[in-house]
Amino acid sequence: MNNRSEATAFFRLWRTGLLVGIFALGAWAWAGGLLPTMLDLWDDITFLSRQHVTLVAISGGLAIAVGIPVGVALTRAPLRRYGDAFLQFLNIGATIPTLAVLALSMSLLGIGDRPAIFGLFIATLLPIVSNTLAGIRAVPPHLIEAAHGMGMSAGQILWQVELPNAMFVIYAGIRTALAVNVGTVPLAFLIGGGGLGELIFSGIALNEFAMMLAGAIPTALLAILVDFLMGQLQFWTIPRGVNPLR
Amino acid sequence: MIRLERVTKLFPGTPMPAVDQVSMEVPEGEICILLGPSGCGKTTTLKMVNRLIEPTSGDILIGDRNTADYDPVELRRTLGYVIQQIGLFPNKTIEDNICIVPDILGWDRNKSRARAAELLELVALDPGVFLKRYPKELSGGQQQRIGVLRAIAADPPVLLMDEPFGAIDPINRAVIQDEFLKMQANLKKTIMFVSHDIDEAVKMGDRIAIFRDGRLIQYDTPDSLLAHPADSFVSDFVGSDRTLKRLQLLKVSDAMMQDPPRVRADDTLKTAAALMEENGHSAVVMVGPRGRVRGFVSLKTAQENKGKVGEHSEALPTTIKLEENLRTAVSTMFRHDITWLACTNDDGFYKGYVTLRGITRLLAEAYRDE
Repeated sequence: MNNRSEATAFFRLWRTGLLVGIFALGAWAWAGGLLPTMLDLWDDITFLSRQHVTLVAISGGLAIAVGIPVGVALTRAPLRRYGDAFLQFLNIGATIPTLAVLALSMSLLGIGDRPAIFGLFIATLLPIVSNTLAGIRAVPPHLIEAAHGMGMSAGQILWQVELPNAMFVIYAGIRTALAVNVGTVPLAFLIGGGGLGELIFSGIALNEFAMMLAGAIPTALLAILVDFLMGQLQFWTIPRGVNPLR
Repeated sequence: MIRLERVTKLFPGTPMPAVDQVSMEVPEGEICILLGPSGCGKTTTLKMVNRLIEPTSGDILIGDRNTADYDPVELRRTLGYVIQQIGLFPNKTIEDNICIVPDILGWDRNKSRARAAELLELVALDPGVFLKRYPKELSGGQQQRIGVLRAIAADPPVLLMDEPFGAIDPINRAVIQDEFLKMQANLKKTIMFVSHDIDEAVKMGDRIAIFRDGRLIQYDTPDSLLAHPADSFVSDFVGSDRTLKRLQLLKVSDAMMQDPPRVRADDTLKTAAALMEENGHSAVVMVGPRGRVRGFVSLKTAQENKGKVGEHSEALPTTIKLEENLRTAVSTMFRHDITWLACTNDDGFYKGYVTLRGITRLLAEAYRDE
């Protein structure tokens, strides 16, 4: 009880501070000419944001759709022994800078959305596969033994035991992956992929500070929003018994 | 019924079979304890019954059907299985955990959920409280009870238990063992139960199978196992106090002298003294009008005084019930510094007496022909 009222008091203080901070930032932005510029660029911002979100959704969605099944497949009997080798391969892959991945992707597929999506997909795939693999491997063996002993089929064990118990770790992988994804999309502009990177890089090239921020601020907000939504999804869709957040 | 016929398991790459030509039969409705040191093949034997491990050779029959004729997954659905780590699924509620096999078998949901509630009542856990909880919200003892309920949810005739109470603290273990025995008295499942604890085996088992290096050394009832160990390995394993362990297998009624002499309050001390002398006793129990134990008079008192028994009787320090085991009886004697106890039924009627000498003689009977 005491804890809760303390927490509430802290939350109020934090909210008030946040509002004051936002107001100060707004005043500064207006005085510095940022806000007027952003309003001028409003059409560009909305259009490019939509493009940005589309890139995230397609590349991220593909990565999830491919990454989880690949991770699961690497824990099944026929592929199990290759799991470690594959994980090593992924870890090496993860050390390649994303800009290099995009550049390689462009040299393969040319200029446009397709190489951008492909490059982002590759960059996003790695944490999803490795977390799926790690999550399923971390399911205690006695759960699997109990499941076998009760006569559950391999499919039932996967869907009712392994995946639900690995879900938290898989979600963590998806969150990391999408954070990387949203943050990497601006680079896609460099290979003709569009997105908010257009404002950022143009702003830098033209030495227009306000234009650069008009791209950077929405990118940052988008990253926060995506992470928040994933957090909510993680909180509400993972059963209470295996959800450390609840 | 579970029958093993020359069952052998040789794991690839090992020189010695883990289980070597084991033949045994667990009769319908009995608990058979597989007992032995670790690595003796008892768990392997258990797991071959539900084919978590496939036998290298030999046959295992359940009822009169060979387990090799089943699809292994189908087979396991007809056999209850409990493991030491319990293995409740943390992502499922208690209700859903109990209903795993009924759900797999496609039972009607209402029926299976009602069954889960009914089972919880059986182990004195309130369904209203526990059905919707998750395993992590239960204590170890409660989780193990759920583990057992989950195994019997679909009412399988056969139960396989792999050290089911091994991870529970001694006090809770005794409670759960008693609870389980009470349940088994109604359920009459055929049970194969792995243990490494001789005391648990003696307490729980109708029969005990002792394993060593993959061989079945002795398969017997607990009492004859303790009384007649087949070899030095078995006698070492059951312990040098094995005769004392037999005490808890025997009931007061086994060692009791029936239809004992008795006196009433209005009998004279002379009659009492005569009765004692005739039987060679040093005391006699005084009973009430309908036969309830009231007290006793000693031979000395009867000889040295005159009058009615009721005027000179003394209170008995304690009595013992017929269905208590001899371990309790002996312990009671030691506690009160006496060598005999009056035995009563549940209503307090005098049924007979046990003496320390009588118990000693009963235990020694088993060794007389050796």
